[in-house]
Amino acid sequence: MVATSKKHGVQIIVFALTLLGGATIAALADTMEERLAPCLACHGAQGQSEKPEVPSLGAQPAFYLLVQLYMFREGMRVVEPMNEMMKGTSDDELRSMSDFISKLPPPQPAAENDDATRLDQARSLIHANRCNYCHSQNFVGGENIPRLAGQREDYLVKALRAYKHNTRRAYEPWMSNVLYAITDEQLADLAYFLARVR
Amino acid sequence: MILSSVARRHLLLAGAVGTMLVTTFWPLVAQQAPDAPPPWAQGRPAQDGAAQKLAPVSPPPFATAADKIPVDKFKAPNGFKIEVYASGMVQARSLREGSKGTIFVSSRLSDKIYAITDRNGKREARPVITGLYRPNGIAFHNGTLYIAELSQVSKVENIEDKLDQAIKPTVIYSDLPKDEPHGWKYLTVGPDNRLYFQVGAPCNICMPPDTHAQIRSINLDGGDMKVVARGIRQIVGMDWHPVSKQLYFTENQRDWLSEEFPEDKLNRLVNPGKDNFGFPYCHQGNMPDPEFGWGHDCKAEFTQPLVLLGPHSAPLGMRFYTGQMFPAEYRGTILIARHGSWNKTIKFGGDIVVVKLNDDGTVKSVEPFITGFVQDNNYIGRPADLHVMKDGSVLFSDDYNGAVYRVTYGSSPVSAR
Repeated sequence: MVATSKKHGVQIIVFALTLLGGATIAALADTMEERLAPCLACHGAQGQSEKPEVPSLGAQPAFYLLVQLYMFREGMRVVEPMNEMMKGTSDDELRSMSDFISKLPPPQPAAENDDATRLDQARSLIHANRCNYCHSQNFVGGENIPRLAGQREDYLVKALRAYKHNTRRAYEPWMSNVLYAITDEQLADLAYFLARVR
Repeated sequence: MILSSVARRHLLLAGAVGTMLVTTFWPLVAQQAPDAPPPWAQGRPAQDGAAQKLAPVSPPPFATAADKIPVDKFKAPNGFKIEVYASGMVQARSLREGSKGTIFVSSRLSDKIYAITDRNGKREARPVITGLYRPNGIAFHNGTLYIAELSQVSKVENIEDKLDQAIKPTVIYSDLPKDEPHGWKYLTVGPDNRLYFQVGAPCNICMPPDTHAQIRSINLDGGDMKVVARGIRQIVGMDWHPVSKQLYFTENQRDWLSEEFPEDKLNRLVNPGKDNFGFPYCHQGNMPDPEFGWGHDCKAEFTQPLVLLGPHSAPLGMRFYTGQMFPAEYRGTILIARHGSWNKTIKFGGDIVVVKLNDDGTVKSVEPFITGFVQDNNYIGRPADLHVMKDGSVLFSDDYNGAVYRVTYGSSPVSAR
């Protein structure tokens, strides 16, 4: 990463120290922006992730973020860099972090040139499985239900498959409940559709 | 349920005929979406309908601070008092009492089991076992705490002597599926000194594998597994009739059929090893499933519930009231915690009811006992399990606030710390 400004330079230093020193986020920074700089370095400062399989966090419901961060801190959900990053954060910090991140702008949907057949197949699945009943109109989510609209397609595929095959620890087992009868190929169509929801 | 090939052919024929009938007539009953979903999914509300606002309710990952618990909003009949017994136990669920008076509290979403004890005249709740996976089911017997996690049953012997040590349970049984849906278990020790727990259906509605949708029992060493009942969707409450020794249990029925049905049930196991309670073919005893019920006579083939407990009310923990403190009309009743609905626009349940029984063990009436957990159509608490103390007071857990409350009648209450 090239430092284009002093602030960016601070972010890089904070990020590097976090990795090298194993220090927690809270110990190194003051403002919420600085505290979250290591996070946004991967997840994207504007709510949009450019990194493969790393989710965009913009406009995610705060309750959902809180639960995921809590599970990372407790080691209930095992994702190496996340467990390391969340060590030692207090309950209040979890709340502030999720509130801040939920206010980041929503991610932009994937580019046009949509495959109409795949979109139709996805719509059928969504009708039959009532995805938008929980994930809401336009898939914005709410409470403990994540936003899906405009999420990275590769992350959606990974998450859906992990829920279906019980390799991703969930707070509540609703997704593995819903995905019981959906095939891996169908999951790919769902991810294709959701990444393009405008 | 294993079908003979004759029955299967009948079912297929019934299904084919049924599908033809449904596709012909269903559109008269409901709107038909342009991309024609399967018949059983038809009839659901339009795109921007009320159903789109229904999502399951999650408890927060933190327990409510003691001074913020809205216990004053919970209502009990005249003469009863409710107070906070202990708090700070994230998502407090099942309740058991040790022989030395320790109250054990499990969790479904966090990894901990708590113990409530009196230390130097002060009551406190602290985690005593951690690192567990959905440890909803706990039972206490002869000094040993038994724990049912998602896919294993374990034990801790003489647990009340070990509360200040790091406790590592010993696994006694692990021949269990690992499905998350309805994977958390309720655990009880029967009068036959065997452990009983359920394996729920791995879905909202589906044909369950032979290993699911059943109640199993094992002996206290984890051996000699028996399937004692089939056709149950999910059970999170069991208790034993104090006289007949029969197993009573609550059962949660399927969602997304209608806001008004099927209703959840209170069941009784009459023929261990033989009773089938209907899932997935029939719900609430008498209602054929739109997909799986064709060709079935619900009342003739399946064990009927004792009583229906309301649509989506989510009855969980239940206890026969065996104490002496409450008025005489409560002796021999069943107290049932109804966790409350999420699959309904106006929430239903979210209370504790008292079920009065006839002498033959069937149900005479169901009435509210403790209410107030729903305010302005939002949960301020959700009751999960109950426990009758030796003095006849009743504890109940609230997994939304992470607290346990004590209900007393008449006598002066013991204040919580």
